[in-house]
Amino acid sequence: MRNPLAIIGQVVLASLAEIGSLSRFAGTAISHIVRPPIYWRLILKQMWLIGYNSLPVVGLTALFTGAALAQQIYVGGSRFNAASVVPGVVVIAIVRELGPVLGGLMVAGRVSSAMAAELGTMRVTEQIDALVTLSTDPFKYLIAPRLIAAVITLPLLVLVANIIGVLGGYMIGTGRLGLNEGTYLQVTVDFLERADVISSLVKAAVFGFFIALMGSYHGYHSRGGAQGVGKATTNAVVSAFIAILLANLIITVIVFGGTGA
Amino acid sequence: MSIEMMIELKNVHKGFGPKKVLQGIDLAVPKGESLVIIGGSGTGKSVTLKCVLGILQPDQGEILVGGEDVTKFSTGARKRILSKFGMLFQGAALFDSLPVWENVAFGLIQGKGMNKKDAHEIAIEKLRRVGLGADVGNLSPAELSGGMQKRVGLARAIATEPEIIFFDEPTTGLDPIMADVINDLIVECVKDLGATTMTITHDMASARKIADRIAMLYHGKIIWEGTKEEIDQSGNAHVDQFIHGRAQGPIEMELLKL
Repeated sequence: MRNPLAIIGQVVLASLAEIGSLSRFAGTAISHIVRPPIYWRLILKQMWLIGYNSLPVVGLTALFTGAALAQQIYVGGSRFNAASVVPGVVVIAIVRELGPVLGGLMVAGRVSSAMAAELGTMRVTEQIDALVTLSTDPFKYLIAPRLIAAVITLPLLVLVANIIGVLGGYMIGTGRLGLNEGTYLQVTVDFLERADVISSLVKAAVFGFFIALMGSYHGYHSRGGAQGVGKATTNAVVSAFIAILLANLIITVIVFGGTGA
Repeated sequence: MSIEMMIELKNVHKGFGPKKVLQGIDLAVPKGESLVIIGGSGTGKSVTLKCVLGILQPDQGEILVGGEDVTKFSTGARKRILSKFGMLFQGAALFDSLPVWENVAFGLIQGKGMNKKDAHEIAIEKLRRVGLGADVGNLSPAELSGGMQKRVGLARAIATEPEIIFFDEPTTGLDPIMADVINDLIVECVKDLGATTMTITHDMASARKIADRIAMLYHGKIIWEGTKEEIDQSGNAHVDQFIHGRAQGPIEMELLKL
């Protein structure tokens, strides 16, 4: 039987090494984002792949979540004779938390995995080495465009998700629960503050960064054929999920950090 | 030294963790010459090429390309030296997101900043050079057979007219006739360009056709080096076993120990 302390030590060291390697990767990638040449055509292509192709899944997620939320809050609120809080709570919950987080998670599932699989395949078939021999930096050509595109595209997607999420609540609220249509929209607008929208979009941009970073990092470092690419894909999605949820907590505490005291 | 050396490796060591892959490689390739490195799988042939290209950083030793030590290069200087290189990869390593002609033109467009129209013309010309028609240029690499992919890879490697070309197992996975076609193309293209080449292979027919000199890599060291005419009288038991493809011999003993 091995010494349990040694096992803990090994796990800690391995995690620190991984975080160090990820940070260095991110640093290199960022340094290439700010230095020319910038491949605009590749950025636009990635924006299309990340943004447009994610619209259906992000839209449906927001629609169903907003609708379910309205139903739950109505049921809960009626106990205190407070069914009228539905529009306000829905818009706050969607814009502050659920829009960016669920949108981010759905996009991570689609995009981090696709990036890891594509870059991983390029790695194991030596296409990344081939880039180097053709005087092209893989960070500049492959990774920087993905990071830039994700950071730009995620806020746009989340903006759409927020609107559709509120719409989902509106549909259930006015169609099924009998809330007044004009009042619903009025309350929604009254409750929403500029800080809510800004924090929502900032979160989305940060999530976009992690989605592309995790997809690129795990794909770029994958090894060992088809199995290695599969593993890279899984790791990319799992680590992107964790990064999104942790970043969300940190941003929420910073922006809405009141303790009620 | 009277002959100008294009590539020199001096006491190059490279390990991955506890595994020592290269244990003091010494090699020199004169300008315009073709060196073929032979050796079994896993003896460090690919690692040697990748060290010269700067894809891997050697742990110890010097690698001189045109007299400059590339192991001490900054990113900018490395990019300059890489523009002298072309490489044909084992699996061709074509970019499957791009059509064939853009693969061939990649080094011209991205590396040298040439405009697309001129690069397209050169790409078609290089494809013709390796026996492929202009219509192939618009196909995607996935639509090509293995032999055609190798030819496109060769066209890509020679497109920028590099001074140095590396061939990583150019005939692996091809039928003997296609392998010979590729060998002929390599010899012709290299002669056209006057390039210095390093090839790694375990295909002796290919080695004899392409090489001026042959070096054998074994256990991370060069154990024999000479002209291709000398290899049949090398007097080295390892080399004899390898070139005749015998299962019995000194190399087998090592395999059994693993």
